[in-house]
Amino acid sequence: MRVGILCSRVRVEEKLLFAAFEAMGISPLRLDERTIAVQVGQYLPEVDVVLERSVSTGVGLVAAQLLEAAGIPTINRYETAAVCADKIRTTITLERAGVPQPRTEIALSAEAALTAIERIGYPAVLKPPVGSWGRLLARVNDRDAAEAVIEHKTVLGGIGHQVFYVQEYIEKPARDIRAFVVGTETICAIYRSSPHWITNTARGGAASNCPVTPDIADICHRAAAAVSSGAGGVLAIDLLEDPARGLLVCEVNHTMEFRNSIDTTGVNIPERIAWYVLESVGVLA
Amino acid sequence: MQTECVECGAVITVSEDVMQGEILACSDCGAELEVIELEPLTLDLAPMEMEDWGE
Repeated sequence: MRVGILCSRVRVEEKLLFAAFEAMGISPLRLDERTIAVQVGQYLPEVDVVLERSVSTGVGLVAAQLLEAAGIPTINRYETAAVCADKIRTTITLERAGVPQPRTEIALSAEAALTAIERIGYPAVLKPPVGSWGRLLARVNDRDAAEAVIEHKTVLGGIGHQVFYVQEYIEKPARDIRAFVVGTETICAIYRSSPHWITNTARGGAASNCPVTPDIADICHRAAAAVSSGAGGVLAIDLLEDPARGLLVCEVNHTMEFRNSIDTTGVNIPERIAWYVLESVGVLA
Repeated sequence: MQTECVECGAVITVSEDVMQGEILACSDCGAELEVIELEPLTLDLAPMEMEDWGE
């Protein structure tokens, strides 16, 4: 069995994944996406399956397409990653599947964005359709702030910022939930607590263990199945606790970071991912 | 293993299990350094964070 791990930047997570495979007697081949220059259908590294771990969303998606075009399976599958990478596609997919999520509007001009924000109500949250680590999120508390953020995005933002993703702000209890899903099973979860409304651990949120309740397992199963067309994957699902509606899916991440969650949950996340990769190609099944 | 920071020249001590592609921080100047080669151990300034980086 030959496993490839696609990555340029080797984070703690990638080192842990390499070590997990090594502990199973497999030495993964590191595939650096920066070295790829191939004809379509001809990207054929000598591996049976590739775990896609690029820190760059766009580059990872292209690499996954090139691998799949050459017949090499990837984890996550390209289509799953593409749905997760784009918050608009995620929202549409979850909506079709009836998975609860915050009320969301998409607007395609500055004027329409203001209309959408006013309809959502204050405070509202603006997010870039593609982005991570809590970067460029804006909580808009009133019309003055809305006009300012929209103007800044219109004038200073790139083309990706001319599409406005507007979401209701959920009055959550100073925390959200990050659930780790392998296949469609939630293997563990953490609370991410912060006095700031952005609770990403990349922005200082503190991790603590969150027991996987039947409600968490159910909503994550439904969300994972939706974004992967039932195939499952290696996913991190962020949940918000709405006081009235219960759990809502905020986003689904397809190249999850987990360094702060192994000791916190007591679950060997990289080992579970490695098992899943091998199971996906018929080993350990 | 030891090498030098390409930004400020400070001595960088690297663990034996370092991997190609790993990011190190220079404790003197704070520069992020990427391990380009293992033999010989070669560092370069790490790429700047891009807008689509993340999970």
